[in-house]
Amino acid sequence: MTISAQEKLAELKSKKRGLSKLERSRERWGYLFISPWLIGFVLFTLIPILATLAFSFTNYSPVNAEATRFVGVDNFVTMVTDAKVLKSLGVTVRYAVLAIPISFAFGLGMALLVNSKSLVGKDVFRTLFYMPSMIPVVAGALVWAGVMNTQTGWLNKGIEIFGISGPDWLNSDQWIYPALVLIGLWGLGNLMLTLLAGMQGVPNELYEAATIDGANGWQQFWSITIPMISPVLFYNMTLMLIGAFKYFDLAYVLKNGTGGPNDSTLFYNLNLYKNAFTYNLMGYASALAWVLFIIVLVLTALLFYSSSRWVYYAGEGKN
Amino acid sequence: MSDIKRALPFSKLQQRNVLNKVLVTSLALFITLLFLAPLGYMFTTALKSETQMSDPGVPFWWPFSRVTFDYQGKALEVYRVPTETGIRELAMFKKTRTESWFIDPANPTADQIHWVGNWRLLEPAYKSDPQWQNFEKAWTDLNFPRLFVNSLIIAGVGTFGAVLSSILVAYGFSRFNFRGKNALFMILIASIILPAQVTLIPTYILFAKIGWTNTFLPLIVPHFFANAYNVFLLRQYFMQIPREMDEAAMIDGANPFQVLTKVILPQSIPALTAVCLFHFFFAWNDFFTPLIYLASKPELWPLSVGLQKFNALYGRLPNLIQTGALITLVLPVVVFFLAQRVFMQGVVFTGVEK
Repeated sequence: MTISAQEKLAELKSKKRGLSKLERSRERWGYLFISPWLIGFVLFTLIPILATLAFSFTNYSPVNAEATRFVGVDNFVTMVTDAKVLKSLGVTVRYAVLAIPISFAFGLGMALLVNSKSLVGKDVFRTLFYMPSMIPVVAGALVWAGVMNTQTGWLNKGIEIFGISGPDWLNSDQWIYPALVLIGLWGLGNLMLTLLAGMQGVPNELYEAATIDGANGWQQFWSITIPMISPVLFYNMTLMLIGAFKYFDLAYVLKNGTGGPNDSTLFYNLNLYKNAFTYNLMGYASALAWVLFIIVLVLTALLFYSSSRWVYYAGEGKN
Repeated sequence: MSDIKRALPFSKLQQRNVLNKVLVTSLALFITLLFLAPLGYMFTTALKSETQMSDPGVPFWWPFSRVTFDYQGKALEVYRVPTETGIRELAMFKKTRTESWFIDPANPTADQIHWVGNWRLLEPAYKSDPQWQNFEKAWTDLNFPRLFVNSLIIAGVGTFGAVLSSILVAYGFSRFNFRGKNALFMILIASIILPAQVTLIPTYILFAKIGWTNTFLPLIVPHFFANAYNVFLLRQYFMQIPREMDEAAMIDGANPFQVLTKVILPQSIPALTAVCLFHFFFAWNDFFTPLIYLASKPELWPLSVGLQKFNALYGRLPNLIQTGALITLVLPVVVFFLAQRVFMQGVVFTGVEK
């Protein structure tokens, strides 16, 4: 690094093809700087993924490690008939089907509200709506478990005002899903803020032109706002879909990891955790993890494939 | 100008604007009320006594206790008694099914007041009685100071490692050209969707084999290898800093490390603050990792796991659970309010640019 700037420039100009000494040095620096991630990726991602695959063909159990042997595709065959696995897939899908549309509708509604020209004190409401997202999951879960308590909770006391008695939210295998979705609405701050930023990025001329053409607010929302923020919708939808298959903390804390009532909170990930750490069936759990990986890959691929039909990138190539 | 405007009556349009403002703001207030109601429940329940928790007759919206009056060494219960002069709060001295005798706490030496009727139909008198000692009890039973310190170490050291490594990686991706850069960056971003479970079991076995389970190491060391969110946010920010500034520093003989520390970092304080805060609370709130790695070592539990175990143990004492939840969420919420701009801009930065 002792060469002067003029030499550097000269070197840059003279060697258009092939790598100059400087470029080669810069390349080495580049690798050096990204090396923490590169090493971490190989050590904590790449090798473990392959190891998980290898484990999935064994009956490895840490409490009986000597008996470990290759079992071929047995784990995957067992899975197909394992009632708990099928149940956990059903639970996960059932939750996702209910949670994703409701969360999007609510998140969009909140973003529209805090973006509204008629709202007084926008910043205050944005902060207050976002705040619950900062509450640690365990604390939030316990607060909601209290709120949904049939004896002392406020939720059913609120419902009683309308002359109906509320359900036993957390102990009914039917009401647990609306309960989880409701709790989830508390933490939609990220969705709201990203949708809001998307809405603020829509050029005003589009709305002005639409107004001149006689489009009402509803039409403008569907024909301008939604297409213009579709990349943000797409990004959040991908995260949410994957999130359903990673779902763990809330279900675990609310029901102390039992998966109850009637296995209705036995999410895919909770079942995987139980197999690995309660039953010590780590070979089998590895197979479950790989199936999960494939499910997530397929879902993401499908979303990306479908995105060319409904996601509109206005600023393509701008950045 | 303004005088003329003021003199004119509101136009139709202005009236509609004002009406819209009232409606939209009321809706937002209503939602805020619903959003904050669980916290109201938490706060009031945290201060309630166990007696109130098990007595459904007590008004639920505040910590109350029965009013009693000490009369000749006995604690008499006070009721709201309808009399000719309106409802009076009187201490019950003697009761039968059809009539009762009361003492006026304001004037205990006066004659007893005779009342005819079934005393069970009388409404007890309540007074506001927040149980501040619940905090003390939850604080010690939860072992809050130790959990807090554990969380602080895990999140603090983890954040230090994550931010340090992410700065280097983001700098590498934003300022240097090397073969495979785009492909590597795509892999980095794609790792966001990678479910952690697919790496969980071998990693756990490895950490168990080298004796790291039941120590902080599995919760801290992996943070030192950068992560996609932090790198993405920092790289976006670094790329906005004009390259001319790096070049000027290089001409002055600065090496790439010096460019990073003297040029890039001083201009990236907002992004660095955001990444620090995000990562800190991400690590602070992590529940799964300590759950599996510290399962049999309660003295190392962070708040997240400690509070969950506390709940499993004290399920019969809902008021103490809420006290525990309250003291656990104070720090993140207070920091959020102090630094809300940084948080909210950071969310937008990572979420929309993609």
